[in-house]
Amino acid sequence: MSDVLLQVDGLKKYFPIKKGIFAREVGQVKAVDDISFHVYEGETLGIVGESGCGKSTTGRMLMRLIEPTEGQVMFNGKNLTSLSAEEMRQARRDIQMVFQDPYASLNPRHTVAQILEEPLIVHQIGTKAERRKKVIELLQIVGLSEYHANRYPHQFSGGQRQRIGIARALMTNPKLIIADEPVSALDVSIQAQVLNLMQKLQQELKLTYIFIAHDLGVVRHISDRVGVMYLGKMVELATSESLYEEPLHPYTQALLAAVPVPDPDFVKETKVLQGDIPSPSNPPSGCTFHTRCPFAKDACRELVPALQEVRPGHSVACHLYDDAVTMI
Amino acid sequence: MEERKKLLDIRELETTFFADDGAVVAVDRISFHVYEGEILGIVGESGCGKSVTSLSIMGLVPSPPGKITHGEILLDNIDLAKKTDKQMRQIRGKEVAMIFQEPMTSLNPLYTIGNQISEAIKLHNKSWSKKDIHKRAVEILKLVGLPRAEELMRDYPHQLSGGMRQRVMIAMALVCDPKVLIADEPTTALDVTIQAQILTLMKDLNTRLNTAVLLITHDLGVVAETCERVVVMYAGQIVEQASVRDIFKNPQHPYTQGLIQSVPDMRFKKDTLYSIPGNVPKPGSVTQGCRFAARCEFVHERCLQENPTLYVAGEHHEARCFLVEQKAGVVS
Repeated sequence: MSDVLLQVDGLKKYFPIKKGIFAREVGQVKAVDDISFHVYEGETLGIVGESGCGKSTTGRMLMRLIEPTEGQVMFNGKNLTSLSAEEMRQARRDIQMVFQDPYASLNPRHTVAQILEEPLIVHQIGTKAERRKKVIELLQIVGLSEYHANRYPHQFSGGQRQRIGIARALMTNPKLIIADEPVSALDVSIQAQVLNLMQKLQQELKLTYIFIAHDLGVVRHISDRVGVMYLGKMVELATSESLYEEPLHPYTQALLAAVPVPDPDFVKETKVLQGDIPSPSNPPSGCTFHTRCPFAKDACRELVPALQEVRPGHSVACHLYDDAVTMI
Repeated sequence: MEERKKLLDIRELETTFFADDGAVVAVDRISFHVYEGEILGIVGESGCGKSVTSLSIMGLVPSPPGKITHGEILLDNIDLAKKTDKQMRQIRGKEVAMIFQEPMTSLNPLYTIGNQISEAIKLHNKSWSKKDIHKRAVEILKLVGLPRAEELMRDYPHQLSGGMRQRVMIAMALVCDPKVLIADEPTTALDVTIQAQILTLMKDLNTRLNTAVLLITHDLGVVAETCERVVVMYAGQIVEQASVRDIFKNPQHPYTQGLIQSVPDMRFKKDTLYSIPGNVPKPGSVTQGCRFAARCEFVHERCLQENPTLYVAGEHHEARCFLVEQKAGVVS
């Protein structure tokens, strides 16, 4: 196995709920509640979950665009959480982000050349001529042309804009790209183009991806390993093969069963999950999934299950597998 | 399939938007029908005209700049395209109802759920007493599977979750027993587990109430699971229509084929995903030849010059492609 590039330990983000004229803190939203995982060099780790599960907050905390409440992020041997703001800014040269909305994440008043050049200016890389050369090079890498450099974002289609977003993330030759729902705003035919581009770039430039998405089909396609989040917790983490073929957590099972399959002959078990996701400001006790879980037992209401490896490379946070853990 | 009644029959519908710099035909003479009690899916990518089609049926195309410039929309042999705004108001909700993608923005935040559902009932049943209206509202909320319906009547939209709001929208749409329900991307804004609940509910209501559903979506998975027949749209035209099985197992139009192959399948991993090159053309930008020609891998000389029509590709199956014509004949 390759080296660990990113190691996350006990990462938490609690947002305060404030009320009244003195903004007294009356509670907390546990957006991300004690998650740990690592990412190997050159792999793609997919993070899936429904809205409000904390997957985007996690992505942003890794870059410290949101300050973690607690926990540690080790990147390439450096503890990112202990860096000063200036040191962190420099560290971001190696970690870049691709955002969901290609309409909102590009400045409409800048030309593509200005947008792409900006990361280089921020990190003081190269002379003006060198930067221009790099802009053209990256445009070609993502499948656009030199003449696109002087155009404005509104002159591009959604897919092309996402290509620009990817090119911008690649300007500083980063090691890790955090992609937060990079294809969910795109049409199916365009989505396939962008996914293929991301895979091609990964091989050519030896990139590591953290791919955050809600579309389980897309995540399976691109990921080597997949983590499933529910209400701020990582409930299952396994290789993508193992997770999709044999999901262990009841939530993962229900999630996979809920995805519509584009095949009218496919007969699936209908296990429609009842109820809604509880509010993260007042999560259920014990296992947060017990309110919707068909297998919930007494222990689930009281004890928080830990994420434990129950099979080689397959971890799950569920009391159903407590026995399997002691056996290992 | 024989002898089924065509409840909604769209004939050569053309909807044009008149802008300062010229007219744009968003929906270009499309013809299709919805049988009584069936679920028909319309699939296509953004800008293909699927939403304008549904708005045209509802008489909700913003006018100006939009206008139905040709064709008939026959609901039970009555042409909706010829109705005035005032007449349409009587038909909307009672005969055809619609649910939208965004349940957050389609409910009025200032009124209670009870208020908004009662309004729809009152509009079409002027003689009903307050008590009757209330009873019907509670009944319909229960029908769509909402718990504690009585209390819910006094709640405001912000107090409900996304899935519950979409259920309320469905309740409002069904409260006057419409013959056709148009659902425009009803689950796009919802999470998968909630989407599964809503789709199950819609299928269930379709069988129980026999309401025909026109489901507009871009999600091929949703189509495969809910629809009987499918219409595929591209750049304002219908490029293929067939039973759901034929569309997925035996697609004839290169666009349909490409679209199906582009979807990453959760059940197995492909090494590389097929992708259709290029982008959807802007409405009105392709004037000569097949609109898909620029992105088609089977393109030949004729595609660039002539405009293909719909050709028969099998029983109840037609596709707009010269390759199909070579195999069979023209739709009469």
